[in-house]
Amino acid sequence: MHNATIKSLSADLAARKLSSVEVTQQFLLRIKALNQRYNCFITVDEEKSLTQARAADALRGAGHARPLTGVPVAQKDIFCAKGWLTTCGSKMLSNFVSPYDAHVVERLNAVGAVNLGKTNMDEFAMGSSSETSHFGPVKNPWDAATVPGGSSGGSAAAVAARLAPAAIGTDTGGSIRQPAALTGISGLKPTYGVVSRYGMIAFASSLDQGGPMARSAEDLALLLNVMAGFDARDSTSLERPAVDYARDLAKPVAGLRIGLPREFFAHGVAPDVEKAVGEAVGQFKRLGCETVEVSLPNMALSVPVYYVLAPAEASSNLARFDGVRYGYRAPEYGDLTDMYKKTRAQGFGGEVKRRILIGTYVLSHGYYDAYYIRAQKLRRLIAQDFIEAFRKCDVIMGPTSPTTAFRLGEKAGDPVQMYLSDIYTIAVNLAGLPGMSIPCGFDSQGLPVGLQIIGDYFAEAKMLKVAHQYQLATDWHDRAPPGIEIN
Amino acid sequence: MILYAASIFKGFTGDFVALTLDDVKRVAHLARIEISEARAESVLRDLTNIFTLIEQMKAVEVSGIEPMSHAQDVMLRLREDAVTEQDQHALFQSVAPQVEADLYLVPKVIE
Repeated sequence: MHNATIKSLSADLAARKLSSVEVTQQFLLRIKALNQRYNCFITVDEEKSLTQARAADALRGAGHARPLTGVPVAQKDIFCAKGWLTTCGSKMLSNFVSPYDAHVVERLNAVGAVNLGKTNMDEFAMGSSSETSHFGPVKNPWDAATVPGGSSGGSAAAVAARLAPAAIGTDTGGSIRQPAALTGISGLKPTYGVVSRYGMIAFASSLDQGGPMARSAEDLALLLNVMAGFDARDSTSLERPAVDYARDLAKPVAGLRIGLPREFFAHGVAPDVEKAVGEAVGQFKRLGCETVEVSLPNMALSVPVYYVLAPAEASSNLARFDGVRYGYRAPEYGDLTDMYKKTRAQGFGGEVKRRILIGTYVLSHGYYDAYYIRAQKLRRLIAQDFIEAFRKCDVIMGPTSPTTAFRLGEKAGDPVQMYLSDIYTIAVNLAGLPGMSIPCGFDSQGLPVGLQIIGDYFAEAKMLKVAHQYQLATDWHDRAPPGIEIN
Repeated sequence: MILYAASIFKGFTGDFVALTLDDVKRVAHLARIEISEARAESVLRDLTNIFTLIEQMKAVEVSGIEPMSHAQDVMLRLREDAVTEQDQHALFQSVAPQVEADLYLVPKVIE
């Protein structure tokens, strides 16, 4: 059962071959057996999950089942879930039991999906390896000496290790796509504004977007159908007619124009990654697609631009963590300023503090124009490059990450090296475009390689079709890491 | 493995006004984060490396470009001037570090 996709679990639940309680129990059993090895979950609450499973079975009994009814879904610990510890991977929120549900959580609850637990992540989603968590690093199920990527590394590793059939994550600079690539699963970051950010703990508000992580493109479509939608409580949520993201899955891809940005292949991509991505493009050609070279000339600037804008927004968003209304407060302090300073020094980890300091600096008097405004201008150039490229192609493809999974600790002491691992994903967030990663092969060490598919604004249904047609022709997405069977 | 990504920027030789220890302490104060002398020095090293990366932005001419603050060209929505929130202060204050008489407690600000 643990190798089943949502699609097949949903069919078995509908046919009453399985109950939600049985499915949920099976995954809870696997979490109990394997979570210690991979550290995917920060919080598991069997009773809460099983209560939801029983309610889902009752919902089905009453004839109100939907495709996700009774399906367990793990939630990145950045999503507030009422009554659940919601830590965002931080000591600062290590005692925070959320008094409310995020919009995405509300929507999953409304269709009777089961919250399987809260997954580990880089602290406040700041990281590309899931090593900055207050709750210890997540390990990659393909090789426990390597990282699963980040920041949604717990969600990615849980799906890869078959501890959950699917999970939800967030992506500010690659935090869904890069861990999906490094763990051999599928992940989608929607167009900015498609999924409400309400109740999703804010990192960089103009870039943050929630999205699904699962075993197949088809499953991503089922999840996005529930996650997406207008929400008045997020001022950047878009009012658009409802979309069935699964509507085009069965359509052929023949005639599709695939843009290959020369910048994605020209610089420093690992040979095994380049080879696997090249073979994936070859597969699309066999399916009748055409390729066209495009250019994203300002892409290399996306990393420096991102490391001005994201920390600037973070320094403002994280000002709320002051030890007054919720979360951690230093045990000893003098006056109010001292309380703030000690609370924040003790409650935040090194990477979070580093980014708050960068953000505070670039927003401070005398530096605002030189850094913040300049970065916003370059952001426009980066976005315009994509607009230009999409005049010539329907989707853009390239590697998700320049390398496969790197070793635990390998980049932890060198922030700049860590930042550069998101070179292929960050520009997509700056432009606000949808992007996804699907598995497309392995390197010589047996570690998964991800193919990134970038679409024009609101092209999610088309991208999911492209990914699904590839997954009908290949079986990379069905491969499971060795050694995840339990007795 | 590190070299793959790093090679993207190997052509860059930027110079910029170097950050100082005083900058780090000033910014840490603005951000209300206590920082020790020893910690400030290691933070200075990290920030200097990061700003070397950031300084690459200066290689591009940006005059006449409209800053892009947001991915979508949207206006803030207006809503009816009506009460929509329920009073949930007891619930919200249940997770606060220190509360008394429905008020959040902090150290005395005015003597």
